[in-house]
Amino acid sequence: MPPPDDHRHDRGHSHDHDHDHGQAPPSDMALRVKALESLLAEKGLVDPAALDAIIDTYEHKVGPRNGARVVARAWTDPAFRQRLLADATAAIIELGCDGGLEGRFLVALENTPEVHNLVVCTLCSCYPWAVLGLPPVWYKSPPYRSRAVIDPRGVLAEFGLRIPDEVEVRVWDSTAEVRYMVVPERPAGTEGWTEEALAALVTRDSMIGVGRGLAPEAAA
Amino acid sequence: MTTPELDASGAEPAVFAEPWQAEAFALVIHLQRTGAFTWSEWTQALATEIAAAGEAADGARYYEHWLAALESLVTHRGLAAREALVARKEAWAEAYERTPHGQPVTLS
Repeated sequence: MPPPDDHRHDRGHSHDHDHDHGQAPPSDMALRVKALESLLAEKGLVDPAALDAIIDTYEHKVGPRNGARVVARAWTDPAFRQRLLADATAAIIELGCDGGLEGRFLVALENTPEVHNLVVCTLCSCYPWAVLGLPPVWYKSPPYRSRAVIDPRGVLAEFGLRIPDEVEVRVWDSTAEVRYMVVPERPAGTEGWTEEALAALVTRDSMIGVGRGLAPEAAA
Repeated sequence: MTTPELDASGAEPAVFAEPWQAEAFALVIHLQRTGAFTWSEWTQALATEIAAAGEAADGARYYEHWLAALESLVTHRGLAAREALVARKEAWAEAYERTPHGQPVTLS
């Protein structure tokens, strides 16, 4: 059966079988990504295998567990805590969670009984990927980005976090150069816990500043 | 009780809603690692794109802005020409339309 008179088939390859069952192209966005990737790969600027490795790493390997290890170490090792607060980039490399260049310019902010820190990026949703993995959808939403700055206590209340009036709330707006992670307060009742057990109490939200470390009973 | 536009407590959707979002994400990480552009350049391009485009209140179009910012940076830096990207996109669309199901889609 001859192919239909369709210009799309007029590209010089053999028409010896039925071409009626071509595939619907994916979305415009998907095609644009394929165009970028294939053109840049031809120029030697992109290695497709490296792209696959990056996706695999971010989907399966990096995640808030890296950050949780950092926080648990800071809770149990005062010298590490000092190094983390002084130079977070160097400290996370020390723990082997160097996220490549994404981990650069990381600043760790310590929550205390007097100060509660909250992280946002009003400009472009920068996020400390190296320690927290990929950002949750709400972190990238315009309401979070605008309201975290103008009404941080209100935003925190929506996350179920009531900050007493006497506690200062500091909002840290990430920039192109600096991204932040929060070191939450160590939950009460965890004296003598191992670093590994403590890490299970450290949630992603607590490292953004919209949550606290879990209570000990929550880890059971 | 949360406000509808900031669903802080609800179930979270997957970080990547579609595979192209993961691919666009990885392209940016890869290109900055190899030095094609710096983080500053990237975040400025993304911020510019987000500021220029109207945003969906739920951030659903985040990776659309991400992709547009990447195209903009790539063309500005002369890594690929805008026309070449458009032509290549058309070529991929045609490749899908002429490739039977079950066969890998390749450019002719």
